[in-house]
Amino acid sequence: MTSSLGKDLTGLEHMTPEQIRLILDTAEPFKEVSERPIKKVPALRGKTIVNLFFEASTRTRISFEFAEKRLSADTVNVAASGSSVSKGETLVDTAKNLEAMRIDMVVIRHPSSGAAEFLGNRIASNVINAGDGKHEHPTQALLDLLTIRDKHGKIEGLKVCLVGDVLHSRVARSNIWGLSKLGAEVAVCGPWTLMPRGIEDLGVKVFSRIEEAIEWADVLNVLRLQLERMEKGFIPSLREYYRVFGVTPERLERAPRDITIMHPGPMNRGVEIDSRVADGPHSIILEQVTNGVAVRMAVLYLLAGGRAELADAAKRGGGGSE
Amino acid sequence: MTRSILLQGGRVIDPSRDLDEAADVLIQDGTIAGVGRGLSAPDGADVRNVKGKIVTPGLIDLHVHLREPGNEDEETVASGARAAAAGGFTAICAMPNTDPVTDNQAAVGFIVRQSSRAAGARVYPIGAVSIGQKGERLAEFGEMVSAGAVAVSDDGKPVVSSHLMRTALEYARTFNIPVADHCEDPTLAAGGVMHEGLVSTRLGLKGIPSAAEEIMVARDVLLAELTGGHVHLCHMSARGSVAIIREAKERGIRVTAEVTPHHLTLTDYACEEYDTHAKMNPPLREAADVAALRGALKDGVIDCIASDHAPHAYDEKEAAFDDAPFGVVGLETAFAVAHTELVCTGVFTLPELIRRMSTEPARAFHVAGGTLAPGSVADIAVFDPAAKWSVDPDTFHSKSHNTPFAGRALTGRAFLTIVAGSIVHEQTAGR
Repeated sequence: MTSSLGKDLTGLEHMTPEQIRLILDTAEPFKEVSERPIKKVPALRGKTIVNLFFEASTRTRISFEFAEKRLSADTVNVAASGSSVSKGETLVDTAKNLEAMRIDMVVIRHPSSGAAEFLGNRIASNVINAGDGKHEHPTQALLDLLTIRDKHGKIEGLKVCLVGDVLHSRVARSNIWGLSKLGAEVAVCGPWTLMPRGIEDLGVKVFSRIEEAIEWADVLNVLRLQLERMEKGFIPSLREYYRVFGVTPERLERAPRDITIMHPGPMNRGVEIDSRVADGPHSIILEQVTNGVAVRMAVLYLLAGGRAELADAAKRGGGGSE
Repeated sequence: MTRSILLQGGRVIDPSRDLDEAADVLIQDGTIAGVGRGLSAPDGADVRNVKGKIVTPGLIDLHVHLREPGNEDEETVASGARAAAAGGFTAICAMPNTDPVTDNQAAVGFIVRQSSRAAGARVYPIGAVSIGQKGERLAEFGEMVSAGAVAVSDDGKPVVSSHLMRTALEYARTFNIPVADHCEDPTLAAGGVMHEGLVSTRLGLKGIPSAAEEIMVARDVLLAELTGGHVHLCHMSARGSVAIIREAKERGIRVTAEVTPHHLTLTDYACEEYDTHAKMNPPLREAADVAALRGALKDGVIDCIASDHAPHAYDEKEAAFDDAPFGVVGLETAFAVAHTELVCTGVFTLPELIRRMSTEPARAFHVAGGTLAPGSVADIAVFDPAAKWSVDPDTFHSKSHNTPFAGRALTGRAFLTIVAGSIVHEQTAGR
């Protein structure tokens, strides 16, 4: 059946603000499940979910797996290495074979942009994008939204700046869509070598100086700087990157207000973010991780056809995924 | 001896003589015997009433990829020649990026032989610029020309070394053939899969900036000026390239250029939803580029339309956008797409379109055809300009179906295609 979110969750660009709010609201009751001694509800009992990871991932894969298990789904993890993928099987063949085993959902992480949509268009199962190339990472942005909402009580009107490698970042793209749709003001900050063409046309401000971004923002979401970017020549050195764009306590001290600090992980301490900031009082980096499980439970539950108003009941073991 | 043919009562359009009038065309012994009103049919002639149709010199495509030798499952010389005929083409020029590369006399001779056995359009081989298209050592232009090559190109790849390009232009000048270049700075384009712009940013796909093409266009123009050689610029896609070519032509530099039907009609928005049938190189660019390309074709800055027909197996395109190969087929849709989008919309007149698809290509590569002047080779196309049809790739004569125009409603279609006085294609109902 088609849920209130449609069949698949491939990105936030084409979602409505109502759908995004529905996910965030549905995540609220699921937060509590993870605080129980027995962290399990039967909402997805009997559902089969495949976690198909063509790229290395620790946090996202584990977060999805916890979310699935806490909803009582049966899960299988497939990694690119050691599977038929490493033997040259095409994505479409992988998809058809999974489909032939009568599964219910696929969570996919893939290095090619559009891979989740590609899969979703070819199989009847629900597809959830766990990150596709440089395109989108919708559940990361959803958990970022939830964590911002927890901290500030709202999203509308907040000024959120994404700092760093926007060019290669699917997290940045999903955040730009999600934040904009919920009424936040969005900016990006980084060297022009790491800004994609036409970024201003997405309705975001662009800062070339971190000091200006700090002056402006309520929230900084500091993106991971992939170390290979230096080898590819996008920046001359990590040392200079830290000197020019690093988020440091000294820079934050000059801000007119307390700035909430986020990071999707994994962090390069001392490159894009100073340890004292990452571990500081305004960091909500670990809250992001905690919320990741609840948001993914909400997405899985809603895509399986669960109704938001029944999420509380589902939590108590009353079903709701019919 | 082939039977004489009399085409009666059609609208005869011959851009080589600025002719556009109702007339008969008589074909005898493989040549055009006469064009005029009330021609009488010789005994035993095949008399065709083509009232309501247009009679033109057969279309000539300077840029197609046939996959023989190497990937005969995707296209052969025979299937490509057949597809060409179905599209109203009487001659096509086959790029040398086959496997192995068409970079020597024997390989060129093979294409010529396969062509002579095919029942369709003529196929003229294009030889490689460099051995193996590796961009290192010049191939033997002289021997390839003697075997039937009409131009040289490393298409699929640019000639990266400016020194090699200079040498190629000088050496090609010796044999009066053009060097056709795929203009792309490989360091700027590396890893790109679509036009660099807002759409690539949204889709998270690596872009190929217009500058990657424009830089090489500028370089090639300067080298043509330096050497006096003739450079032919393949599949122009960017408005900046148009400005450079315009200026070069004003300065009298020997440059010709082509543009594809898809670059004249589609933009990077066609890549939305990761449609791999919109993945081609050069990439589809922006509306302003389409407008500039149309303007350039109209005023002759760009000389001709070429399809860049690039067949690929269906399952190769059935992949993530990054992983799918570049290229689309075009022989069977080129005329209809251009006619629908350029003529039916009033941007071009029919004679202007035929000039860009027949007369000018013949001039650029010095090949026969492009004219209906009596005594010329009888390479003729008859089009039904009112025919309405919708593109169904399953009915293509090409072995491959990778078109971005599937399902599109088009107006105008080849009705009869005649090569050297013989009918090689006749439109029948249902296909």
